[in-house]
Amino acid sequence: MAKLMYRDAIRNTIFQEMQRDQRVVVLGEDVVGGMGTAGGPEAIGGIWSTSTGFYEAFGPDRVIDTPISESAIMGAAGGLALAGKRPVAEIMFADFIGVSMDQLWNQIAKFRYMFGGKSVCPVVIRMPCGAGYNAAAQHSQMIHQFVTNMPGLKVVMPVTPADACGLLRQAIRDDDPVVFLEHKFLYSMTGEVPDDPDFLVRFGHARLARAGEDVTIVATGMMVGYAETAADDLAQDGIGCDVIDLRTTSPLDEEAIFDSVEVTGRLVVVDEAPPRCSLATDISALVAQKAFASLKAPIEMVTAPHTPVPFARELESAYLPSPAKIAAAARKTLEYR
Amino acid sequence: MQLNREALTRAYRQMKLIREFEERLHEEIQSGEIAGFTHLYCGQEAVAVGVCEHLSVVDKIVSTHRGHGHCLAKGCEVDGMMKEIWGSQEGLCNGKGGSMHIADIDKGMLGANGIVGGGAPIAVGAALSSKIDGPDANGRLAVSIAFSGDGACNQGTTFEAMNLAAVTRAPAIFVFENNHYSEHTGDAYAVGTSRDIASRAEAFGMKVWRADGTDFFAVHDCMREMLEYVRTPGNGPAAVEFDTERFFGHFEGDPQRYRGEGEIDRIRETRDCIRKFRDSVTGAKLLTDADLDRLDAEALDAIENAVQASRSAARPKAENVLDNVYISY
Ligand SMILES: Cc1ncc(C[n+]2csc(CCOP(=O)(O)OP(=O)(O)O)c2C)c(N)n1
Ligand SMILES: [Mg+2]
Repeated sequence: MAKLMYRDAIRNTIFQEMQRDQRVVVLGEDVVGGMGTAGGPEAIGGIWSTSTGFYEAFGPDRVIDTPISESAIMGAAGGLALAGKRPVAEIMFADFIGVSMDQLWNQIAKFRYMFGGKSVCPVVIRMPCGAGYNAAAQHSQMIHQFVTNMPGLKVVMPVTPADACGLLRQAIRDDDPVVFLEHKFLYSMTGEVPDDPDFLVRFGHARLARAGEDVTIVATGMMVGYAETAADDLAQDGIGCDVIDLRTTSPLDEEAIFDSVEVTGRLVVVDEAPPRCSLATDISALVAQKAFASLKAPIEMVTAPHTPVPFARELESAYLPSPAKIAAAARKTLEYR
Repeated sequence: MQLNREALTRAYRQMKLIREFEERLHEEIQSGEIAGFTHLYCGQEAVAVGVCEHLSVVDKIVSTHRGHGHCLAKGCEVDGMMKEIWGSQEGLCNGKGGSMHIADIDKGMLGANGIVGGGAPIAVGAALSSKIDGPDANGRLAVSIAFSGDGACNQGTTFEAMNLAAVTRAPAIFVFENNHYSEHTGDAYAVGTSRDIASRAEAFGMKVWRADGTDFFAVHDCMREMLEYVRTPGNGPAAVEFDTERFFGHFEGDPQRYRGEGEIDRIRETRDCIRKFRDSVTGAKLLTDADLDRLDAEALDAIENAVQASRSAARPKAENVLDNVYISY
């Protein structure tokens, strides 16, 4: 075990996989940083420090610094993968997925199905996502809701440094295309990470972050920490919560949710994205449909509002779910008669 | 063409206002009062002002993440901009947008942009609208300007926008500000071996210009020629590449280790558009040092007032988060 920051867990995992497998390549904007400058390659490195030292270790063929061209990054990752490589592409902010959407949605996600199961496209698309930095409407968004809606993609949202490592290694070794969403706010979080170079966290297995018998709280990304804070607060009043960190939204660990709701009978779904056609509505619908008999109260959703992400501090705080809003929602399910 | 005293005064005032706006933000950001990402325009003032001094309110501009200079040059209010950057409810965008999303549609400023390459297609749309509206009484078309960086010229959107403007003969002008960096990457790498953005535009069949973007008079002259051409119905778009410099980091907080030894001192010394302007107009005895010193003081005052006003300006309330998503719903 080593204590690592989330961002270092990601960097180290990619590095180890590149050492282990020649087919693993990295591409993205400023992943080398300093190309074509007086400072030279790696003068600075990527803005997230998740590819530091790669260029020196693996050279320009496997560490590809790209111009600002998200469409080409995404499509080239697809092409590299169809041709037998295992690209780990970085889209600097998840918001920029907009520029590259066709290559992800109509190309990468669908190859295998359209080609009758005859293709393998093992791409990993890493995208830092989420709010919390007052970076406003085009640099703060969650995008798991629409990539989860795309058949053919797997969608991963690690919360702890250990999961960042184990899930990323799984993503790189997985033969399907994976969208790997790193919440920007988690980059500097530290935690124990196993040293085992084959440590994997399998997709579709949720993590129980807190255990309790009164309310089930389902969350992803930065919201898991908020839910844990809410659960700790509720515990002071003798209210026990299961906090389920989904880890992957596609595949989804439905059983973990149903098993918990069977015990608690109460569900709060927390989602940093706006509420319509979202992960929150999806999970609510699944529980209403398949675990209706277990429910003792209406399902509560704590989500962002149906607005873009605002800039000002006060507005962004109002936009985001909070531990207080989550705790209030949990209490509401308990007060239902 | 020789500019008169009044035009020179206005140009200097605008450039200096942008300079002081950015120098002050550079200081204020370090104190932590301002939230979010801020990209400063210092060093490139001659481009924004040399371009926008020719425009009227019916002409449109579309800007970038490094937009403060374009906004001020196009006539956005200093106080409204500063308050926006402070996240105030009184800001130009009610604190919803911040530095990267300042806009003032009434002034023909169709928005800064957080998406690199997001602006050029929008500028073409505005140019197409001008074409539909047709020329004014003097037979001249309103134009639309797309400001883009050397990094943005690598986006497909920028290429598509140029081609669309060319095939529709839209009165658009693509202004490429080559400050030689896109974030931490040099144009020597990212713009390919040619390092030549203008010839990319030329390949779409556009007329292109090239000029020293740190020389206000070069920018202003070349813009006059371009506008003469683009405002004439039937001619279609044009493009220009300005060779310019950014004095600060990509964003505030950038350690800039990609720069050469002494690079910032050198460009501040030899490539400062404001210093060059000053030397040129005082040398030619068009304006005196005293005239310019007075304008310097005015700019500093305007910025000080804007900062003070921003500090005490009304903050948004939580419920404002729901405003302005739709007009009606
Ligand atoms: C679509 C998209 N990709 C990447 C970024 C991140 N980014 C912001 S500014 C920038 C560099 C832009 O360079 P350039 O166009 O030369 O403008 P400059 O910063 O020099 O003014 C990058 C990569 C972004 N905002 N949008
Ligand atoms: Mg640039």
